[in-house]
Amino acid sequence: MSDPAMLIQVKKLVKKYRMGDVEVSALRGVDLNVQKGEFIAIVGPSGSGKSTLFYILGGLSSASSGTVLIDGRDLTQMSDSERTAIRRELVGFVFQRYNLLPTLSATDNIAMAQYLAGKKHETDGWFKQTLDLLGIGHRLGHKPRSLSGGEQQRVAIARAIVNHPALLLADEPTGNLDSENSEIVLKLLRDLNERLGQTILMITHNPEAAAYAHRIVHMRDGRIVEHP
Amino acid sequence: MINKLVIENLKHRWVRTSLSAAAVGVQVTMILTLVGVSYGTLEDMARRSRGVGADILIRPPGSSIISLSSAPMPQKLLDFVRQIPHVTIATGTAVHAIGGTNSVTGVDLNEFSRMSGGFKFLSGGPFQGPDDVIVDEYWARQNKLKVGAQTRFLNKTWRVCGIVEPGKLARLFLPLPLVQELSANTGKISMVYVKLDDQANLPTVLAGLKKSLPEHQIYSIEEYSSLISVNNVPGLKPFIGVVIGVSIVVGFLVVFLSMYTAVLERTREIGILKSLGATPQMILGILVRETVALAIVGSIAGILLTYLTRWAIMQYVPGNLTQVIVPDWWPVATLISLTGSLTGALYPGWKAARQDAIEALSYE
Repeated sequence: MSDPAMLIQVKKLVKKYRMGDVEVSALRGVDLNVQKGEFIAIVGPSGSGKSTLFYILGGLSSASSGTVLIDGRDLTQMSDSERTAIRRELVGFVFQRYNLLPTLSATDNIAMAQYLAGKKHETDGWFKQTLDLLGIGHRLGHKPRSLSGGEQQRVAIARAIVNHPALLLADEPTGNLDSENSEIVLKLLRDLNERLGQTILMITHNPEAAAYAHRIVHMRDGRIVEHP
Repeated sequence: MINKLVIENLKHRWVRTSLSAAAVGVQVTMILTLVGVSYGTLEDMARRSRGVGADILIRPPGSSIISLSSAPMPQKLLDFVRQIPHVTIATGTAVHAIGGTNSVTGVDLNEFSRMSGGFKFLSGGPFQGPDDVIVDEYWARQNKLKVGAQTRFLNKTWRVCGIVEPGKLARLFLPLPLVQELSANTGKISMVYVKLDDQANLPTVLAGLKKSLPEHQIYSIEEYSSLISVNNVPGLKPFIGVVIGVSIVVGFLVVFLSMYTAVLERTREIGILKSLGATPQMILGILVRETVALAIVGSIAGILLTYLTRWAIMQYVPGNLTQVIVPDWWPVATLISLTGSLTGALYPGWKAARQDAIEALSYE
């Protein structure tokens, strides 16, 4: 049963991979609820299953069993094309390596996300407010190679939120940044959460980064654990 | 937006884009040049036949439209033709091969001049000695000949006595008896050109000749000119077909390689687009648009290159080849390059569309 206050409801989520003859369990029955407007950090060592959870929540990978409700829609019952639509409509991604399209300018990278979502490219109103918040308004005409890591990550954040996604998924968003830029990006994420009510699920192995979230969830060996 | 991405992708990898477009262009040029040379050389033959000024052409029995016959008809045939009512001039020529597709034509200069209005000499003049040869401007240019220069063919050295404007019968001319002697066909001729007093009498005379000489190939000059076409040259159409086939394969391979490497290089970008919600069809569409752009740019370059090949042919081998620009073939050649290119983009496009987003995003 879907709870309207919850944006994410994960129950008994299992993900198994086959590597040759060996079956690997990446997730072994994960239960997780995230409220709308919450900023949650998932931390854990490499191989704990946090990236697998990230990909399933983002509709990039399918589950082996269990249920994953995002805004009341069950991702585990969806076809590839339905999950593709979820990525356009409900989810925004921020990656460790920024993942901007190198041939397009910053503004075109953002416009591409709008185009794929079937929206017109906005240049004022909420969009301008977001750019002001991110502090990249003056760098929009540049291509990624001309931007610093911090600037690229802020463009990636702008791209992720431009379509007003219900959920912003961030995978090690400060992993490639120095401490100064890391702080800028993390403060931006917190501002987006506090000022715009953006629900954020951030994966990190950095406790300092995780401290910016409202709630920290620990993962180990494919399960959510009480204590690290 | 997708078009912008396509253009930026092509600009970003400009070396590969240029090479791919150039390869498609060469393919298009290859087709258009072959077609242009086929049409041009045949048109030139037809034009030179018309340039004789005759109304009727009589060729030996069993000869084909473009064959180089030696001299299998008796010269006495001229006397028979000359006594036919309405015939004002009948002159015979003898053709002798001098190597490759080249030949020298023996003419009775006085009769030929009466019929054609005479050669227009650009320099020099008619035969003066037994070793004199008249060449047309194209032959002179190709072989860098001037009046007084020596040229060698049929194991003999000849002196160029005159250079004439092209467009009349042949490129090299010798006196008729000399060609008959050289080809061991004394008293024989290859063709008979007939001029009438009035064009209105053409059907009557033509019918009479065909009745009197049923074995011979007898045409009005207009009919003969129209028969000199790609369709009537044995093997030419299949040859063009083979070249087109090779072109399609080349286009396929070039674009396949280009797009295959593009997909490999852009694995991560494909993952990014997928994470943004791009469907497999969109990914395929991007590669298809890139391919179409390459094929169109390549085709335009290929079409422009045919002007260069025409110039090169006119500059270096105008005596052997004539190339015309055949705009009717532009869309055909473009379609051929598009077909080859799109076929080449199919597998890379399918591979890109099927790419796993997570693997693509973690691609180094």
